[in-house]
Amino acid sequence: MLFPLPSLPSVPHRVVVTGIGIVTPLGIGGAVNAEGFRAGRRAFRPVTLFDVSRQRTRIAAEVDLSSTLPPTLLTDRRTGRLERGARMLLVAAHEAWTQAGWTAADGPVAQVLGTTSGGMKLGQDFYRQAVAPPASDRGQGRRVVHYQAQRQALDLADAFGVHGPVTIIANACASGANAIGHAAGLVRSGRARRVFAGGYDALSQLVFAGFDSLQALSPTSCRPFAADRDGLALGEGAAMLCLETLGSARDRGAEILGEILGYGTATDVHHLTQPQPQGDAALTAMRAACVEARVEPEDIGYVNAHGTGTPANDVAEAHAITRWAGARACTLPVSSTKAGIGHLLGAAGAVEVAVCLMALRGQWLPPQTGGGAPDPACGFPLVREAREARFSHALTNSFGFGGANASLVLRRGT
Amino acid sequence: MSRIFIHGTGAVSPAGWGVAAMRDALAAGVPVPTVALERPCRAVPLSVRRVPAPEARPAFMAHPRLRRTSPITHFAVAAAIEALGEDAARVAARAMRLGIVFCAFGGCVGYSRRFYSEVLHEPATASPLVFPETVFNAPASHLAAYFGTTAVNYTVIGDQGEMVKALALAADWLLADRVDCCLVVGSEEADWLTGDALRLFGGGALLAEGAGAVCLRREPSAVELAAVTEPELFLAGRGRGPAARRMGEALGGVGDPGDLLVDGLAGGKADTAEAAAWEGWNGQRVSPRRILGEGLAASSAWQVVAAADAIRRGAARRAVVSVVGSNEQAIGAELRAG
Repeated sequence: MLFPLPSLPSVPHRVVVTGIGIVTPLGIGGAVNAEGFRAGRRAFRPVTLFDVSRQRTRIAAEVDLSSTLPPTLLTDRRTGRLERGARMLLVAAHEAWTQAGWTAADGPVAQVLGTTSGGMKLGQDFYRQAVAPPASDRGQGRRVVHYQAQRQALDLADAFGVHGPVTIIANACASGANAIGHAAGLVRSGRARRVFAGGYDALSQLVFAGFDSLQALSPTSCRPFAADRDGLALGEGAAMLCLETLGSARDRGAEILGEILGYGTATDVHHLTQPQPQGDAALTAMRAACVEARVEPEDIGYVNAHGTGTPANDVAEAHAITRWAGARACTLPVSSTKAGIGHLLGAAGAVEVAVCLMALRGQWLPPQTGGGAPDPACGFPLVREAREARFSHALTNSFGFGGANASLVLRRGT
Repeated sequence: MSRIFIHGTGAVSPAGWGVAAMRDALAAGVPVPTVALERPCRAVPLSVRRVPAPEARPAFMAHPRLRRTSPITHFAVAAAIEALGEDAARVAARAMRLGIVFCAFGGCVGYSRRFYSEVLHEPATASPLVFPETVFNAPASHLAAYFGTTAVNYTVIGDQGEMVKALALAADWLLADRVDCCLVVGSEEADWLTGDALRLFGGGALLAEGAGAVCLRREPSAVELAAVTEPELFLAGRGRGPAARRMGEALGGVGDPGDLLVDGLAGGKADTAEAAAWEGWNGQRVSPRRILGEGLAASSAWQVVAAADAIRRGAARRAVVSVVGSNEQAIGAELRAG
């Protein structure tokens, strides 16, 4: 039964990460991404996936996705039907699953996924055919089914032969962080022993045009927290984590890649798309994550900011981080990895957790290259150059349309 | 205390605005009339069940956040206001932490279709006012703004079973003391695009629109949430039939004569698995989809509301909600007199 709940552990389980899979415009897999984020590479280029000739902005960060997917239990026919976002999700999931050494025989695996768009390209294709004479249903049934995010979740379950409850959170650009935070809660409370959690989103014409219509896309280059920033850049990707109890990981002799210590959320009701200027909800989310993690700002060695590069987001987040960190702010390294790969929307939070875990593991700070003088609201130093660091905890922020705010505190694996 | 209770219900359906209108329609047992919905490139319109226009402009529409919203939000807000009742004032006064779980299958289709149409026509002039309303969590954001709550707020997507699963999520938040009360809302709007899609995978069901909402709290009330089953996924080799059967078994199978089954049968060929799962049912039975139509997340919300309403009014001591979704899961819930 999902409810009533089984008796909960008297002491919450520690939630550890034993598998990480990542697909970003910097490349496929942990190694190439760690190298890219560590060096502060940028992956922007002209959009090729759809027509942007009449858009105000024509740049994004696309993933070079191979036509060959890793082997899973899906048939070739079924694999061939996967939409671009689902393909990135499957690649990331395969890497995480393999690294964790999980098997289907070990029992249920709950899934918690974050996405904003699911299989949006198929939805667009469905619409275009529906309004184009002559009327035809050819291919429409497949499009409408595979457009839906639950189809992508079931494909993932079948790909690895697992079963367990599926939760798909669509909290806009906080979805990926919400998914990992929620998944960690399931493990911590004993409701699930293993959870496959992450986020995914592919670039799509509708969403690109949407951000362009809002004039939220940078016509120059994405420069988070720069005083002269002028917008965000979109990207695409996926990240998946294998979460389990510390006891489960130790029993298996699994390598522990990191730990999810705390998760905080808050809802900003200021405006549908604009944050409250002082970042009140962001501050609440960060504080809540730290309370659950039982850490203070002084314990945090790096903040991966939401940092989209829009004027409104970055000033609000800068205020929030500065207020939250207090005296620690002036020495607290902060960067936005969106400077290199753009905003991955529903995947962003999950990818940024993966980046933090890689940075904690490798003891380096992800720089954000490019950009001029920081906004005066930044009461903290931005990480501008690749450098090593000794730190044990990181905090990552994700904020979305609708006022969805989520923060996560992560600890280095032991 | 690990018990969870339903304190309020709300509904907007093709039968009208409010739980009473829905209750009357279900009691009458006569399907709500359909209306024609034109669609491009097709001579034959779709038949859908729409929410009738309200007798007067709802007062909530004066809220600044709701001016540009689409029907999915209007329905959700109306149902949520009814479900939350007098607790709304406590939430506004910050004396009660209100969580929100918003469930969607189709989501904000009307504005999404309109915006994409504008993009295809001329992206340079596509409306920046419309795009934000296309996002799945826009209705949940408007609910939070309307009630003035900054507590945890999720939009969850999936098939019709999501609404039932969301009851367990809300219970989780309540028992973890993250919130003092939690609204679980399912809402959908009818659009030709959704109707055309449902025609291809809905097994003959007719599209409907509306919303249902329940307000959950830890304090006792007349209706207790007794159980939510594990979702039985439609995985490879584990299709709808076995999933529906396992869900039925988890809820006790045949029931007693005084029990009420609020099933998800819609009158189409997609009903087979669920009908078989409950063929031995001994108690009362009502099928909201047969009367109100296939409202996707709203339909399963109506089922939950109908079950809670029956218990609250003394028509049953125990009610079972059964949902065998379109393409994800079979899941059920049990409600009891508190």
